[in-house]
Amino acid sequence: MRAINAMLSTMGVGVLSLMAAGSALAQDKQVGPESGAWFFQESATPVMDDLIWVHNMVQIIITAIVIFVMVLMAYILIRFRESKNPVPSKTSHNTLIEIIWTVVPVILLVIIAIPSMNLLYKQDRLPETEMTVKVVGNTWNWLYSYPDYEDVNEWVSNPLDETQATEVGQPYLLATDAPLVVPVGTKVKVLVTSINNMHSWAVPSFGVKMDAVPGIINETWFEVYEEGTYYGQCSEICGIRHYYMPIEIKVVSKQEFARFIAGGGQPVDKLAALNTNTTGGAAVVAANE
Amino acid sequence: MVAIHGENIPVTHDHDEKPAFFERWFYSTNHKDIGTLYLIFGIISGLIGGFLSFMMRMELAAPGIDIFTNEHTYLVFVTMHGLIMIFFMVMPALIGGFGNWFIPIMIGAPDMAFPRMNNLSFWLLPVALICLMVSFFVPGAASGNGFGGAWVMYPPLSTTGSPGPAFDFIIIGLLAAGFSSIFGAINFITTILNMRAPGMTMHKMPLFAWSVLVTAFLLLLALPVLAAALFMLLTDRIEGGTAFFDPARGGDPQMFQHLFWFFGHPEVYIMILPAFGIISHIISTFSKKPIFGYLGMAYAMVAIGVVGFVVWAHHMYTIGMDVNVKAYFVLATLVIAVPTGVKVFSWLATMWGGSIRFTVPMMWALGFIFLFVIGGVTGVVLANAGVDTALHDTYYVVAHFHYVLSMGAVFGIFAGWYYWFGKMFGFHYSGFWSRLHFWLFFVGVNVIFFPQHFLGLNAMPRRYIDYPVEFEFWNQISSYGAWITLASVAVFFIMLLEAFFMRNKRRVGDNYWGEGATTLEWTISSPPPYHQFSILPRIDHGDTDTHEEVDEAYARKEGDV
Repeated sequence: MRAINAMLSTMGVGVLSLMAAGSALAQDKQVGPESGAWFFQESATPVMDDLIWVHNMVQIIITAIVIFVMVLMAYILIRFRESKNPVPSKTSHNTLIEIIWTVVPVILLVIIAIPSMNLLYKQDRLPETEMTVKVVGNTWNWLYSYPDYEDVNEWVSNPLDETQATEVGQPYLLATDAPLVVPVGTKVKVLVTSINNMHSWAVPSFGVKMDAVPGIINETWFEVYEEGTYYGQCSEICGIRHYYMPIEIKVVSKQEFARFIAGGGQPVDKLAALNTNTTGGAAVVAANE
Repeated sequence: MVAIHGENIPVTHDHDEKPAFFERWFYSTNHKDIGTLYLIFGIISGLIGGFLSFMMRMELAAPGIDIFTNEHTYLVFVTMHGLIMIFFMVMPALIGGFGNWFIPIMIGAPDMAFPRMNNLSFWLLPVALICLMVSFFVPGAASGNGFGGAWVMYPPLSTTGSPGPAFDFIIIGLLAAGFSSIFGAINFITTILNMRAPGMTMHKMPLFAWSVLVTAFLLLLALPVLAAALFMLLTDRIEGGTAFFDPARGGDPQMFQHLFWFFGHPEVYIMILPAFGIISHIISTFSKKPIFGYLGMAYAMVAIGVVGFVVWAHHMYTIGMDVNVKAYFVLATLVIAVPTGVKVFSWLATMWGGSIRFTVPMMWALGFIFLFVIGGVTGVVLANAGVDTALHDTYYVVAHFHYVLSMGAVFGIFAGWYYWFGKMFGFHYSGFWSRLHFWLFFVGVNVIFFPQHFLGLNAMPRRYIDYPVEFEFWNQISSYGAWITLASVAVFFIMLLEAFFMRNKRRVGDNYWGEGATTLEWTISSPPPYHQFSILPRIDHGDTDTHEEVDEAYARKEGDV
């Protein structure tokens, strides 16, 4: 960690070159946070599409409410300022208006609640999934495995340090040495648990965030539209390296995924590109169990 | 709101001899002195908590780990900032400070029901704060001193993840603070229910008294749950002890989250309700109008308090609850928007037709409404469990709750401070410095927290010491805001010093806000006598919600003096 601290000061320079280098990889699409962005990351799944839609609908309503309140307040402050209106009225009741400002918010909330419920059930009720991945949170890395494929061993996904990330042309604090590999256009069930502290497996562009709780196996799902590399970060405080356990998912074609499984689950491209001596790699993990 | 019969305005000067310094401030049983102690304590805690957050903002100003030498220390700062601001700044200032000062006066009582318990309530707090400060400097986790598990204290991070004594000190400190609040709550409930002056019915009681009454019930019901959860953590932490939250031995870590948030959600209303009460008084005073829809306002707070107890799991949408349970919590949470809306619209309606003066407390109150509305509507976004999946534990949540706390509760505190400053201390502050304080603080906190919505939407997680470089831009802006806010804190102290040195030139009368200030504290001197209301004031039984009668009451009173 000390080494990383020392190196970080040079970080500001690396970004643009990093994106350029990223395009040289086999997967040219990389989805993660964007510089100076003020909105969601690019959606990669139907659930995230719906999530953004519901958010936008609520956002329009609340923006209207805020503007309404602000304009009304400004109007009141101007019209009823002391110099303009020296004699105050005595009104302190008006049943009709009190009913209106109770009922109108209720109607707005019903309008919000209906699509919100649709989204919630779509997100939470798993469809017929085609395959399963198991995600185990560990302090401070992720363990990935495929319960469907017994030949593929569980592996550790460690973060790349700054030098390594620059070397492979991926963003530091998002890139890992061994991403989770899943096929495109496939409904994937995700089982999430932890073997020590709580963590949370979050992939913003998928609309997925599921806590990894020891002793409990949570499930969620996603179906990614396009091949590419998608990033996420641990989203439940888990100790000193909470910020240093990124999530990287490589979405490949179904054929490539079949080859990947047949080859024993070695994430080939990434490791070839990364010829430094990283710790985890796609190595089989015996520890931590 | 109430008219006072002039002949009953008490003559109190005979009981005004004050005890010697040590006896007065350390053995104190006087509600006003204890209120002052609470306010001073709140200011000190606010400085500590503010320092912690300033250091966090400086660290986050640029990617990389620049200021902290140990990542653990950053998490300790995050944790302690939350705990200190909540338990040692907002609660002592709003409930202990203004509550103690003005609840007895507003309801026409000579003091609190249990003055000695009041003393205990206060003096438990410095003990608690000392425990928390000690925890900074004793081993927490293997990685360093102090406890870095955030104010939510989720196990296993707070049990096996933090084996050192640092967290034990926090538990003891929070238990002390919790008992302090429970004693305070018992005191307020008893005082408000039993010690109202003749004629002061519940439905004539000022809204600040209503807000503190509801808050006291929330404290009384919520804090024992926190105390229980903390005890369970404590025994879980003992080697070979209990296993309430240890899954390896049949425990359930999610259960702690349910217990914590069963306390934690009412806690956010504990922090904001007294501010609601203060804002109502200020809006009414400076519009020179009685509060609009008084009963609706009072029962909206009761409704917020009641519903506040059945929405806790909206803090836990991602822990893997059944979808039907989540659906329930979404709907219950959305319901809270209704009474909250009633309050905002009633404040606007109070101003409508009024004769509005832009005094310093009024500016804070208007700022409160402006920012509380923004913080409130992002709460409506977060209430939707589906959308919250993307926003949970991101900076969007940080922005949301700082808009309602750092700008809601804190604006309420400053509004009350500037509203009652003259009443408490007997002299006024400088208009220039107090306005400068307002504008710097207003701009500063907005610059800090508004960009954090964008960070959260783009999915920057909370409690990160370092972040991908893409998040730099808004973090940088946010950290500039911290400098502006720091300047406002400096101006606040300049304002205090200046006011203190100019005190003899700025003496204020009983009712220095004039016509609109109608509650009982404006009928006694500024500062009030050491013991007020030796003869209880009698409150008129008629419908006194009109200005003529209030004016008449004042006319009678002035004629009498």
